[in-house]
Amino acid sequence: MKGRPENLSPDVEARPVILEIEGLTHYFDSLRAVHDFSVTIKEGELVGLIGPNGAGKTTVFNLITGVYRPTAGSIRYYGAQLVGLPSHEIVQMGIARTFQNIRLFANLTVLDNVLIAYHPHAGYGLGDAIFRTRRYREREKDMIERSQEFLEIFGLADRQNDIAGSLPYGLQRRLEIARALATQPRLLLLDEPAAGMNPQEIDQLMELIHFIRDRFQLTIFLVEHRMRLVMNICEWITVMDFGEIIARGKPEEVRNNPQVIEAYLGRQAIR
Amino acid sequence: MFRKFGINSSLSFWLVSLGIFVLVQVLISAGIINPYWQNIIFWGAAITMVSLGLNLIYGFNGQFSLGQFGFYAIGAYASADITYRWVRQDPSALVVVIFGSILALVFMFGVSAFLRRFYGVATLTKFLFHLLATVLGFFLAVRFINPAIGKSVYAALNALPSEVSQQIVFFLALVGGATLAGIVSYLFGIPVLELGSDYFGIATLGFTIIVKVLLDNTDTLLPFPEMKGARGMVGIPKWTTWPWVFICFMAVVLVMRNLLHSSLGRAILSVREDERAAELMGIDTASQKILAFVVGSVFAGLAGGIRAHDQAFLHPTMFGFLPSFNPLIIIVFGGLGSMTGTIITGFFWIFLLEGVLRLYLPEGFETWRFVVYPLVLLAMMLLRPQGLMGRYEIAFLRRPLPPLRVKKEMPVAVEPTPRAEEAVA
Ligand SMILES: Nc1ncnc2c1ncn2[C@@H]1O[C@H](COP(=O)(O)OP(=O)(O)O)[C@@H](O)[C@H]1O
Ligand SMILES: [Mg+2]
Repeated sequence: MKGRPENLSPDVEARPVILEIEGLTHYFDSLRAVHDFSVTIKEGELVGLIGPNGAGKTTVFNLITGVYRPTAGSIRYYGAQLVGLPSHEIVQMGIARTFQNIRLFANLTVLDNVLIAYHPHAGYGLGDAIFRTRRYREREKDMIERSQEFLEIFGLADRQNDIAGSLPYGLQRRLEIARALATQPRLLLLDEPAAGMNPQEIDQLMELIHFIRDRFQLTIFLVEHRMRLVMNICEWITVMDFGEIIARGKPEEVRNNPQVIEAYLGRQAIR
Repeated sequence: MFRKFGINSSLSFWLVSLGIFVLVQVLISAGIINPYWQNIIFWGAAITMVSLGLNLIYGFNGQFSLGQFGFYAIGAYASADITYRWVRQDPSALVVVIFGSILALVFMFGVSAFLRRFYGVATLTKFLFHLLATVLGFFLAVRFINPAIGKSVYAALNALPSEVSQQIVFFLALVGGATLAGIVSYLFGIPVLELGSDYFGIATLGFTIIVKVLLDNTDTLLPFPEMKGARGMVGIPKWTTWPWVFICFMAVVLVMRNLLHSSLGRAILSVREDERAAELMGIDTASQKILAFVVGSVFAGLAGGIRAHDQAFLHPTMFGFLPSFNPLIIIVFGGLGSMTGTIITGFFWIFLLEGVLRLYLPEGFETWRFVVYPLVLLAMMLLRPQGLMGRYEIAFLRRPLPPLRVKKEMPVAVEPTPRAEEAVA
């Protein structure tokens, strides 16, 4: 990526904007899933996006990563327009994501899952593969080693040759994050990473998120529909309901916002 | 199986392969394998090569293709035309196919590089540009290259001993047929692979039918009177020998294995597993689908060349609707995503159907086969949907599982201390 600094600037104020979304609107036929959504995220921040089920959070992620083309609006990554680019190019520019409903390559091994995310950086072609050139062997060895490092960080090292679909749920969630990191992102989008986890697993996850942010100098944009995780770790929070932003600010501001309590917590309590 | 003697899987694979090669060659030379069974073995090899290609496309990449017999036909007719004309002192087909293909590939490469500079090029535009590149390549070959160098190519090759020049021409014919099949599959794949697997299946079925219709009319619609349309092409030199079959077959197996054991192979698998997730891991899924489709179709084209020069006779019905289901049955039987299963079932299927049953069943059996096919498939789907082998591979073909990494130092402890009071809450 042109103009992208290699490391985060230690001066927080001086950090550039990594993601700027303006007026993002998306319709599914006549259903308005997202309306006039905007957010600005600076490098190194950990930003939360919350809202009740069906608020449009996942759709925002799908729009950022090019799964859908928005009806209107702009999405800029380090100033470059993402709207209209195919997903794989957006990901190769440095935006990685996980899925709300885990989408691992379930019949492949844990290591393969991570290796696949390395593929755009494989650095060898069809000829090298067919003739098993030296470059093939060297690059392959290098990829495997680097993938194994990721698995170690996520406590999956001794599971590398297990079939991904056979892992327990919590480990599958971790593997999804490991796989996303293997694409070498600057911006990581986590879609309800704590879904289906018990409180203890959520604590582990929060530590993990903090750790990977520092270790890989990431900016993290996190979707969650349960308040607990977001309130504890996010620096900024945006709240959505029915596709629109209803509040934004620091966790404590959002927590005490009457509109949020009404639209979000109120309904949750009734449910 | 040799592990207890300290021989690794790779060496034992080569030893067994070499053993089979020598054994079959000796049996053929000694006349124990008679021409009937030799034909069955070569046929089995050809169909297995087509099936391996289909397994790459469907079993490993998840794209349902019914078009592989179309590419098999292209390889067969193109290579047959090259050698047919060659033995009649006409080098034009050889020159046109080889040089046309080279030019077409060069132009296509240029076109791709050019189109890559634009974002969001429409599929149709991309297709038309590539089609234009191909047509231009072959036009130049027919119009300028063949008149210019045809005679000298013929003279140069004939200066060699006839044994040698025959092998060279046969080699070029096989390569030419396979390349042509690859080019057509690339052109066909650009617009059609975008449609998604089900529509792709229907479109490829259409392709097989179109090829069949064109073959029926090679002498009327197409300018190839020597192919004699629906009457069938006769007089193709019978050049396929056991070493050629063996070399081509092993080449297909090795190329497919090495492709699958590479990063490209993993990318191909990821498309089958979850196309959207693969795309969102930065994988250009469209190119992976094209890659698997073209490689699989090149295998089919190569198999066509082998078959044409064994049978020495080609007829459009050989590539009709019903026989085109053979590879599908074979890979479903052997196991989608298992090379081992495909190889075993491929030979077995031809041995049984074209070899044994033809000898021992009464004359009218031909018709009954088409009752047997669907029944066999149905039974398979009900009894063992994953196929005989599932995804089993012999050690040589199995994707290696890298050994666990020796831990240097743990970067961090990710396991936090459990917080008892919260775990209860
Ligand atoms: N592919 C789709 N087609 C049609 N409607 C969709 C699609 N995806 C999401 N929606 C609808 O858009 C709205 C927002 O969904 P989503 O973004 O998944 O919500 P959230 O992630 O906040 O729970 C919901 O009403 C949902 O039913
Ligand atoms: Mg969601």
